[in-house]
Amino acid sequence: MKNDAVISPTSEVTQLLVKMENIHKSFGGVTALSGVDFEVGNNEIVGLIGDNGAGKSTLIKILTGVAKQDTGKIFWKGGELKNNNVEKTRNIGIETVYQDRALAEKQNIWRNLFLGREKVYGRTGFLRVAESKNDADKMLKEMIGFTQKGLAANLGVSGLSGGEKQGIAIARALYFDAELIILDEPTNNLSLSETNKVLNFCKEIKKQGKACIFITHSIYHVYAVADKFVILDRGKVVGTIWKKDITMDKLIENLEYIAKHGRLIKAYANA
Amino acid sequence: MLDKIKLRLTESKLQISIFFVLIFLFLAFAIGNPRTFLSYNIYYAFMSIIPFAAIISIALTPIVILGEMDLSFPSVIGFCAWVFAATFTQYGNIYLALICSLATGLFAGFVNSIFIIRIGIPSLIVTIGMQYLWRGLVMIACGGIGLSLVDTQGTFLYKAFVGRIGNVVPAQALWAVVIAIVFALILNRHRFGVHLLCVGDDAVSSRMMGVNVEKVRTIAFMQMGFFAAFAGILASMEVLYFWPSTGEGYLMKSLASVFIGGTSVFGGTGTIFGTFVGSIIMGSLEAGIVSSGISGFWTKFIYGVVIVLSLTIYALMSKRTGFGKKLISFIKKIGTQKSR
Ligand SMILES: Nc1ncnc2c1ncn2[C@@H]1O[C@H](COP(=O)(O)OP(=O)(O)OP(=O)(O)O)[C@@H](O)[C@H]1O
Ligand SMILES: [Mg+2]
Repeated sequence: MKNDAVISPTSEVTQLLVKMENIHKSFGGVTALSGVDFEVGNNEIVGLIGDNGAGKSTLIKILTGVAKQDTGKIFWKGGELKNNNVEKTRNIGIETVYQDRALAEKQNIWRNLFLGREKVYGRTGFLRVAESKNDADKMLKEMIGFTQKGLAANLGVSGLSGGEKQGIAIARALYFDAELIILDEPTNNLSLSETNKVLNFCKEIKKQGKACIFITHSIYHVYAVADKFVILDRGKVVGTIWKKDITMDKLIENLEYIAKHGRLIKAYANA
Repeated sequence: MLDKIKLRLTESKLQISIFFVLIFLFLAFAIGNPRTFLSYNIYYAFMSIIPFAAIISIALTPIVILGEMDLSFPSVIGFCAWVFAATFTQYGNIYLALICSLATGLFAGFVNSIFIIRIGIPSLIVTIGMQYLWRGLVMIACGGIGLSLVDTQGTFLYKAFVGRIGNVVPAQALWAVVIAIVFALILNRHRFGVHLLCVGDDAVSSRMMGVNVEKVRTIAFMQMGFFAAFAGILASMEVLYFWPSTGEGYLMKSLASVFIGGTSVFGGTGTIFGTFVGSIIMGSLEAGIVSSGISGFWTKFIYGVVIVLSLTIYALMSKRTGFGKKLISFIKKIGTQKSR
């Protein structure tokens, strides 16, 4: 007996893009994840939701290789990912916007945009500075549309607004051609119009045939774009629900029920 | 275009101000004692002595940029200088001595990085211990007795390291300049420089973006050891003698050079140019003070004033301190009130 309830199991026969199996992770005495199974299908937008401290960020950090699971397996397109690290997961096509943005704030924008994969001359490791700046300027204009603010690639990050920082983290993830894009609370700090931009990015990701994991506390945002919802509670998956099987109101009702009882409302729990 | 120039200026305001401090000091020296400071001899002397401290300060800069600290280098200088002198005395092969000494320096840096990264002792603390450890090893090894290096004098390496180019420029000055340029290039134009700055700024974020944080730290400490050895060899060859105390006296001056050069103790910012100018200031102050006719008793005091003053200027200039902003606007207010 698994503790997660799957309503309307995948009717479409899709090959899985990501499969995480029985993931356990604790930090010292704190158990962040206890036996989580998590799947992302091809061209699927998965809304990963749950309370503060449920383990959402930890789960995706394990997927991207930032953190290491204590036990459990990760599969990418059916093949097991062993000794996961950030470089590896990027190379296979996973891009991430981390909740804490992962920006080195005293550095300028272009250094941040290409951090960890600098544009360099061959194997010498010397930077292509002009090219980096140009591309960074293009990214700022085309991908985020921050033109009106006159953001230049040369500026330091620390002076930017929260939304601008978030925009840079998002642009960085979208610039590199990924098959799976992970957005951890991407709409935090964003204004209404910028939030809509991010939601449109998600729809664009779907159109392009890519997949996305969307983590958020805003049910409105996630309901607008996701194909399925995976609900985490205190380190466990308490439910996987397809969007076509539930209305937004019922989803919210379920989340409130989970917060109280630690499980789905009965009607939804029958797989 | 104007915006670009403005941005450049704000980016390099620390470097510009430290440069002006240097110009101001030398003007003051020249006014205080024109005969000395308008002749070449004093600059020749500076170029003979300052490079050792300059090289060490340059190598120390990446470590401070990482937000780390190394207090062990004076003793690493001493131990590596002993390895050099002892190997040369024993085998008469200066290249063997060079390689052994530099390798020892790399090893000392590696040991530091093991304690800091693997065992998790803060660098400030573990390098205090290492400072005693290496100096202790020097004392045990040489029994407190120095070694003559007079026999190195005829060698090619002697000419290349501390010879006098065309009888006017000490070779070590050229080494210091070349090392400074290479370090500046790496810091500003190389992937490793980006990683240094970003890890010093925010190690967690850098790791998330795929930077090998441990590797960056290890390399920083190993190069420090390497250049400590190099400076130790140069300094010993310059005086043709290995003293058991070699390296002592560099600690405070090198740290001060880095900090008055504008590198922040918080990590994530810093320039090689600033450090280079800082080490010239630290290296010339004493001679300047004494030859200006001020009593030698004043030297330490003036060192203190220069260091504290430049650090105050930086603190006020950096946007991070709200106090500085307030102070500047307060000063401006007073200024405008007076002028009315
Ligand atoms: N590096 C860490 N060290 C110690 N504990 C950690 C660490 N990272 C996460 N935790 C703990 O693991 C649990 C899950 O954290 P996680 O960040 O994954 O939650 P989350 O679902 O992303 O929450 P939020 O919605 O607030 O972002 C929490 O109890 C947290 O305190
Ligand atoms: Mg989180």
